[in-house]
Amino acid sequence: MSFEIDVERRLGETRIALKLASPGGLTALFGPSGAGKTSVLNMVAGLLRPDAGRIVVAGETLFDSASGLDLAPERRRAGYVFQDGRLFPHKRVRDNLLYGWRLADPGHRWMTLEEAVAFLGIGPLLERWPRSLSGGEAQRVAIGRALLSGPRFLLMDEPLSSLDAPRRAEIMTVIERVRDDLKLPILYVSHDRAEVDRLASTIVEL
Amino acid sequence: MLTPELWSIILLSLKVSLVAVLLTMPVAFGLAWLLARGRFPGKLLLDALVHLPLVLPPVVTGWLLLIAFGTNGPIGRWLADWFGVSLMFRWTGAALAAAVMALPLMVRAMRLSIEAVDRRLEGAARTLGASPWRSFVSITLPLATPGLLAGAVLGFARSIGEFGATITFVSNIPGETRTIPIAIYGALQIPGNEADVTRLAIIAVLLSLGALLVSELLARRMGSGKDSHVL
Repeated sequence: MSFEIDVERRLGETRIALKLASPGGLTALFGPSGAGKTSVLNMVAGLLRPDAGRIVVAGETLFDSASGLDLAPERRRAGYVFQDGRLFPHKRVRDNLLYGWRLADPGHRWMTLEEAVAFLGIGPLLERWPRSLSGGEAQRVAIGRALLSGPRFLLMDEPLSSLDAPRRAEIMTVIERVRDDLKLPILYVSHDRAEVDRLASTIVEL
Repeated sequence: MLTPELWSIILLSLKVSLVAVLLTMPVAFGLAWLLARGRFPGKLLLDALVHLPLVLPPVVTGWLLLIAFGTNGPIGRWLADWFGVSLMFRWTGAALAAAVMALPLMVRAMRLSIEAVDRRLEGAARTLGASPWRSFVSITLPLATPGLLAGAVLGFARSIGEFGATITFVSNIPGETRTIPIAIYGALQIPGNEADVTRLAIIAVLLSLGALLVSELLARRMGSGKDSHVL
């Protein structure tokens, strides 16, 4: 099993509860806005603490309320691609890409800057500032930054939602290549049926 | 045009203000951090206490300093017993008075700049492998720097202009506590000193203006990847 998630968390008036076990490939969390999809990703990343439950990814337990285990986000080796890219505005593209790479244990790195740049076609962007990037460019850099941190799995939060149709198609191709060529387990959040149907090997409705 | 006496007044003012700002920076940053990020009982009270020097009559602040740091004051006696140090009628006392008066302005500016940092960027840094400390140093601090600089400059300008608390606490001692505002006040008490008053006033204006411009340029240079302004 790639993802074994059984969590619950109360946020204000809403209660988020999810139980899923999925094989490899791309697991899509599908549902309307406000259903708590992003909160689930944040719980897997370690940015939001579940009230109770257990999170296991690719055989490693990241959180278990029964035994009191709660790995810090920096120890989970999650490659998180955020909805808005969330690039560091004070660092050039190159330093954004290398941020996680520099922090990673050398033994955990499995991609070089050159490989990521070639894989994503972002060579001309390296010296640019994030604010000068288009939505599609920023999203590619965000994917590259996540891959370069040497993750064991990827979390993707509506990575296509801020893009126009041609860019969506382009980034979808990139995501398919991450799924098929790199064989990383991906937990993917979306409210778009067509997108989920095309990308997902497992769909979980929330 | 500037006599040696005027020069020594200007240099003293610069020294007092610089030391006051350097002294206040870590304290102001710590308080700004607590007020921006902290959740604890008594936060409102701390906020009010920090702002007190801004609204109290400066002469009251000076008097309170006199009580605390005077020869028989609790802190003053402790400093004298343990370190053989007295702030009374010394430039260090003037720096302390300027620091206390500058604190609220510095905390306000720093707090705003800390609150303006998008905390989700810190979360992104954590998922990329950064410890909380690393994320603070590499993300939060650089993003807040223009505001921190603005706070320091504001504190410096405020210190240059500090008058009431200083004259109450450490009086008007040539070469020790006679800073630019106190020298201007003193010169105004005696007829025939208008020329000196004018010169010192012009210098006060130039120093304040220069400080603001320098920090604006610094902030623009550091923040070339984003919009950042002090002014």
